[in-house]
Amino acid sequence: MTTQIARIAEARAGAAGQFAGPEHEGRAALLGMWTFLATEILFFGALFSGYSLYRAFYPQAFAEAARHMSKPWGTLNTGLLLLSSACMALAVAAARRGALRAAALRLAATGVLGAGFLGVKAHEWAVHAREGLFPFFGRPFVFAGPQADQARLFFNLYYIMTGLHALHLLIGVFLVWIMAALCASGRYRRRDVTPVILSGLYWHFVDAVWVFLFPLFYLVR
Amino acid sequence: MDGETREVLAVSLGLFLLLALTVAAAALPLRGFNLALSLFFSAAKTALIAGWFMELRKGGSRLWVVAGAGFFWLLILVGIGATDYLTRFRPY
Repeated sequence: MTTQIARIAEARAGAAGQFAGPEHEGRAALLGMWTFLATEILFFGALFSGYSLYRAFYPQAFAEAARHMSKPWGTLNTGLLLLSSACMALAVAAARRGALRAAALRLAATGVLGAGFLGVKAHEWAVHAREGLFPFFGRPFVFAGPQADQARLFFNLYYIMTGLHALHLLIGVFLVWIMAALCASGRYRRRDVTPVILSGLYWHFVDAVWVFLFPLFYLVR
Repeated sequence: MDGETREVLAVSLGLFLLLALTVAAAALPLRGFNLALSLFFSAAKTALIAGWFMELRKGGSRLWVVAGAGFFWLLILVGIGATDYLTRFRPY
């Protein structure tokens, strides 16, 4: 009986009281993170629905407006995020192996790539503002085309959706840099690396959202 | 190079190949099919990211249910929302 209790206690070691053990706690953490991501799918989903409807109603205006988007910058940004996801996957693999220094470096690199994306995005918005396509803070909307109001819809959706995505990415960048610092400080040396894995899930999700945003705003014909 | 690194490299190659295909396909004059093709490539990239980077394929059926639930509710959102707009008025 005592041996049984001792074995159970050993199995539960390190896990919070309501869990059967660290593996159970890890699985629960994953389930919780995916539940959060499901809510995020709905969060962005509502905006994607709005985009779909207005594009279905005004296809010519959307195609005309999309001609003002820079395909090279958009493609570069997509490449940066895909590379950052690869970096993140390598970081998680390193953390799992216990190679915390390698994990810290890879997490830092992931953040740098994300920051690069944000820099390009800021530059794109600045270019749009110079062209008169940034109708906020009292600036006029200058669009030479027959369906200017509908084109403005395209740009409103563009700024809201890429802006929301950029906010998520900014949070992600700080998250991975904090994770990098924690890995480097040795905090995870004797603990499980679930927080790094969960940060990875968040990062990959933000990448996946951009994978859909890119063709819808940059590759419209 | 260990197995995990090789796997990440392989998936990354797949993702960049799909990106190249996405951009190339968008240049083709396929009218309505362009959108379907773009979305197909996006779905393929997301499947790679979710399946391998997010390790969904190793997650087990319980995780698939939760991950799938998000998309299921999204379908409800888009589907029922669309029936409203498409039956409400005629756009000019």
